Amino acid sequence: MVREEVARLTAAMVRLVGDFDLAEDAVQDALVAALERWPSDGLPQNPVAWLTTTARRKAIDRLRREVRYREKLTLLEESSMPDQSSPDERLGLLFTCCHPALSREVQVALTLRAVIGLTTAEIARAFVAPEATIAQRIVRAKRKIVGARIPFRVPEPEERAERLSEVLAVLYLTFNEGYLATAGEHAARRDLAEDAEWLTSLLADLMPDEPEVLGLLSLMRVHLARHASRIDAGGRLVLLEQQDRTLWDRERIQAAVMLLERAAAMRRPGVFQLQAAIAATHAEAASYEETDWPRILHLYDALDSSAPSPVVMLNRAVALWHVAGPDAALAAVEAIAPDLDRYSLFHATRGELLRALGRDAEARGADKRALALTENPAERELLSRRIGG
Amino acid sequence: MKYMMLLAPEDWSAFESRPKAEAEKTFARIAQWWDDHARKGLIVEGHQLQGPETATTVRRRNGKPTVTDGPFIEAKEAVGGYGILEVPDLDAALAIAKSWPGEGTVIELRPVKERDR
Repeated sequence: MVREEVARLTAAMVRLVGDFDLAEDAVQDALVAALERWPSDGLPQNPVAWLTTTARRKAIDRLRREVRYREKLTLLEESSMPDQSSPDERLGLLFTCCHPALSREVQVALTLRAVIGLTTAEIARAFVAPEATIAQRIVRAKRKIVGARIPFRVPEPEERAERLSEVLAVLYLTFNEGYLATAGEHAARRDLAEDAEWLTSLLADLMPDEPEVLGLLSLMRVHLARHASRIDAGGRLVLLEQQDRTLWDRERIQAAVMLLERAAAMRRPGVFQLQAAIAATHAEAASYEETDWPRILHLYDALDSSAPSPVVMLNRAVALWHVAGPDAALAAVEAIAPDLDRYSLFHATRGELLRALGRDAEARGADKRALALTENPAERELLSRRIGG
Repeated sequence: MKYMMLLAPEDWSAFESRPKAEAEKTFARIAQWWDDHARKGLIVEGHQLQGPETATTVRRRNGKPTVTDGPFIEAKEAVGGYGILEVPDLDAALAIAKSWPGEGTVIELRPVKERDR
């Protein structure tokens, strides 16, 4: 029975990817995964479906690693298996990995391992954590999934919104972890941003009617479109104000804006759509001075009323600076000081405002405080330059 | 799959000193909720417990059992009741726990360990 199923599976895979070697390899990978997992996790309810999905996932993993298969990847993602009536099981897997019964750091590690297919070593490198820590985190998570019986499925509509927000939070965190990393030694972390974008686009294909998924995807794409200008030739961080806007990928920005418009047309606003709108407003401005600051301020107000947080208030204060001047902005910043005392960017922003008001000595003090609170090498370099200059 | 639903008032002293009329109303709501779930076979057994001041703890030290007065966890968060749920998976157990009709109760869900076969 097994051999027959394997043959059928391989045949279906060949039909799907049009490449016998790849199909065979993917099926082999799936069988290996089954041998690893079934003895400890138990036999899945439908072993054939499990193998089919796993083989598809393995094929995607292989394709992703080989640029020459780029076109076929699109094909594979868009098609569904011929005799599979259930919705894409990767979606169920993603929701399981991001189940609220698991802690956020576990959700992230598990998603990278099981859905994106990174190795434990790759995850450890990306998070600058010991491999043993990540391995243990994943083992414990799997034990809890089996022990507490966390189900493997897409949640029911009535809890969809809440559960989807967990998934989006994991994707956003993964993206930021990669995007905020800088040049040089942290190349592994930058790939993380691409991986998060890839998985979000897959989610958007599978749940096309969820405006927040499109919002997050648009946000990621606007950021990625500006990526080339964020780091200079010497690997140093360049602030938005000083970025060379000719390096921005206008076409990608335009596409991301259109995606956001599609989301907005569904008339169910949310935090990711708002953040994407803010990023898009920056991206569409011809220069820093010509930015539509009143619009940015308005968007931050909207963000603050749906998801209040001191970090949002800090960003709002920057917009307020350009709309109402540094005095008003500094007052807004001082108001949130107790909440953000341990946050490097708070002190860096405060330093900038003090400098704009000619209070240089106080500005240097704020920059020193900011420097003490960040480990990001590019941020450290930037702050050191400011303190020295 | 069986889950133990451990129920603990967030604050025992507040729980015990609330006005009688309010306590009765809450109790009636909880009794109704409990019966509904029991009738459907989702709660297979369970009880409210007397207060932590009635608790006695037994520990084994150096092979000898010693008996002390009071609960083994801090009295402020002591368990006030439990129920055994019989549901397909954690999501179903969570749905029940989330629908608990009283305010100020923390609920822990623990899968019951199946006996090794």
